[in-house]
Amino acid sequence: MKPKIIFFIVLLSVALNSAAQEIPTGDILVRNATVLTITDGTLENSDVLIQDGIIAAVGKQLSAPQDVSVIDATGMYVMPGIIDAHSHIGISNVNESSAPVTAQVSVGDVLNPYSIAIYRALAGGVTSSHVMHGSANVIGGQNETIKHRWGLLDPDELRMAGAPRTIKFALGENPTRVHGRGNNKRPASRMGVEYVLRETFAKAERYREAWAQYEEDIKTNPRAIPPAYNSQLEIMVDILNGDIMIHCHSYRADEILMLLGVLEDFGIDQITLQHVNEGFKIAPELAEFGATASVFADWWGYKFEVYYSTAYNAAILTRNGVLTSINSDSGELNRHLYHEAAKSQKYGDLTDDEALALITINPAIQLGIGDRIGSIEVGKEGDLAIFDRHPLSVYAINQKTVVDGIVYFDIEKDADDMRLIVNPESTVDTTVLHSHENTHQCLYEGSLDLYDFLESN
Amino acid sequence: MMSLLYSLLTATVLLITPFSKKTDTVTALTNTRIVTVTQGTIENGTVLIQDGTIIQMGTDIDIPEDARVIDLEGLSIYPGMIDSGTQMGLVEVGSLPETRDASELGDLSPQMKALTAVNPNGVAIPVTRVSGVTTVLTVPSGGMLPGQAALINLHGYTPQQMFAGFEGVVLRFPATGRRGRFDSRSEEDIKKAADEAMKKLNDTWDSAELHHRIDSTYQSRPEDGRRQEYVPSMEALRDVIRGEQTLIIHVNTSKDILAAIEWVQTRGIERVLFSGLAEGWRVADKIAEAGIPCLVGPVLSIPTRQSDRFDKAYKNAGLMHAAGVKIALRSDDTANVRNLPYHAGFAAAYGLPPEEALRAVTINPAEFFGVDDRLGSLEVGKEATFFVADGDPFETTTTIHHVFIAGYEIPMESRHTQLYEEFLQRTPGLHKHNQD
Repeated sequence: MKPKIIFFIVLLSVALNSAAQEIPTGDILVRNATVLTITDGTLENSDVLIQDGIIAAVGKQLSAPQDVSVIDATGMYVMPGIIDAHSHIGISNVNESSAPVTAQVSVGDVLNPYSIAIYRALAGGVTSSHVMHGSANVIGGQNETIKHRWGLLDPDELRMAGAPRTIKFALGENPTRVHGRGNNKRPASRMGVEYVLRETFAKAERYREAWAQYEEDIKTNPRAIPPAYNSQLEIMVDILNGDIMIHCHSYRADEILMLLGVLEDFGIDQITLQHVNEGFKIAPELAEFGATASVFADWWGYKFEVYYSTAYNAAILTRNGVLTSINSDSGELNRHLYHEAAKSQKYGDLTDDEALALITINPAIQLGIGDRIGSIEVGKEGDLAIFDRHPLSVYAINQKTVVDGIVYFDIEKDADDMRLIVNPESTVDTTVLHSHENTHQCLYEGSLDLYDFLESN
Repeated sequence: MMSLLYSLLTATVLLITPFSKKTDTVTALTNTRIVTVTQGTIENGTVLIQDGTIIQMGTDIDIPEDARVIDLEGLSIYPGMIDSGTQMGLVEVGSLPETRDASELGDLSPQMKALTAVNPNGVAIPVTRVSGVTTVLTVPSGGMLPGQAALINLHGYTPQQMFAGFEGVVLRFPATGRRGRFDSRSEEDIKKAADEAMKKLNDTWDSAELHHRIDSTYQSRPEDGRRQEYVPSMEALRDVIRGEQTLIIHVNTSKDILAAIEWVQTRGIERVLFSGLAEGWRVADKIAEAGIPCLVGPVLSIPTRQSDRFDKAYKNAGLMHAAGVKIALRSDDTANVRNLPYHAGFAAAYGLPPEEALRAVTINPAEFFGVDDRLGSLEVGKEATFFVADGDPFETTTTIHHVFIAGYEIPMESRHTQLYEEFLQRTPGLHKHNQD
């Protein structure tokens, strides 16, 4: 290798390392808690030691290394930081609703570290969110998996470095309303949704073939002409190649079966279905495909495609072998995902570990980060939530939230006003009444008319 | 004269409301912990019901020989929970206008009656009642004076059978807050709109007061005058002005709450409930001083201001109670009114004393709505409207085993349980019939 190239590689790796090291990590010893490991049972009177942001030891009466801050958690419950597999917090835009396919855009480009919703999620014990593009388009934009490092002001510092890329798809009422009925553009029906999917994947296959052909040709022909670069199809090819995970907003059983058929035809074997209110109807098919499901605990009835719902969805899916998580899709619900998970005990009698897995290890697996977060295990990242009672009790209150070994939320040090920035032009802090945050955020900017309608009535 | 007539009318309405079960067989619920709410908790007791009414209750009860006995094996009986703000029966599918009957055209329609539009077959009704919520206020919502809310029991084949004895005129008080994150009006525009709305409200009320005076004069000496023009909206407000009908004022922002208190006092309105109160905690002492009962909620919501602590909405009810405000809770929901116990649970977790949280979904709203002679607690002579639970009704681990509404034993089924039964182990499973 030429020295010049080696120099650049060294320079690049130094740059990458220093970028990675910019994320602060901490050392903490949590003492004498009931530790809900999720993957390895519940440990009474046990400690969790985090060093350099990584869980270094879990056990009884661990010795505290020097300079490690100790949290006495006697009588408290420590669980892995909660993971929200469907969120729209901490971004300035949700939908690029100008076309039914917008694979080339990414919400990672509009991260907003000042969003108070990040802090409020932390207060509820949530340490990571899968921040998603909205549901206006059949193939929406790319999502971003973030960690709630409140107070770090560089948007890049919110990203969970190394988390797999994911993209939002959407079936059913939303894309057909926004594009078909809204803009007189396909899709206007579920037939059209399938057509948009198949057409786009077929074009991506052609595009991939054309580039493969060019790579072949250029070996023998220096004058070979490359295909025209297409930013959208580049992303679609990454999906075909399995480099981007699909998270698809979907409700009805029929449209989900359609999607599975399309994926099968294009050789894609990974899919997480989002919302999936009728997933319970086709749980055996989902299990056979290996599809996973991220559902609401109990939301239903707000539109026709969720009219035939059951709050027992998570339990039916779990009992049929479908890996399932419970998500929020809301800046209110994400503050009590532990309570949403607890509803799976009312609706289907899931065990404590099964219920808690819905908001920890299961969403982690769905985001491709199950080896890094989602359970309390040595070697995993030091993300914890510390509750005063068992987190499945309605009376439980999160006391401290730890990310990378750093306490980012402490209820005892929680001031009234936790904003990082105050608009100097605003005469008063404006009151916002029961707002869209309390409802589904998928359609922000895509089509607010529905929500304006609901709100104004 | 008029109030006598009104009383007669009301009495007639109550008489034709068929609350009682048309059977005289006694049902005995034995071996149960009776959480009466108003008279303490009775361990190991028995409740006798007949004709839809609690006829005896206590530890030393003689059970008639022909009674139907349900041994509750130590489970607890609670009075049915009351949600003080929903759109139950008025809205079937939120996004479909054809299935929404909660709002009429126009700003001023206080004569519209929610009870008229209650669909007794709404799918959310069984979904709600199997969770122990037996009674809800269902509230119309369009414009400034959208109509009259109605208290309904979640069982019955006609709206009249469901009617639980209270209606109130709803006023959405002129609001100075933003309607949501995407309400991008300037502060000037918001103020202007609120000022215009206030003027409209005052003009309307002036007219209604005038209408009331002319009508009173005519009623006292009908032979001397001519009856005034028929204006249905004014007739509805006239009942409020005369103190014969309750005014439910929907108000949230602290500034608006203070304005509403002043407005109520200036207008001398006798029967008033406030509803919403998202920022009630900010002016709780003023509300307490005014003595206006409050229908607070939803508890499960985000703070109204970016600068507020994350848990202010959860703490709101507790802070208001501590200041001396009389409160009931509401979910402000339709599909998920079943979560009322969790709104109460969160309020309790964040400072409302648990026994007060229970009162806020039982006896308090019953008193506010003037139906505490029949609902809101377990007492001899009250309606047999209750549920049986194996634990704290605010916890998700608790199962509701039985629900009775006015003596009728409710099937513990809903769309949600039926789909569970059908699909937990679907038949056929993965393969088609002919491939099995």
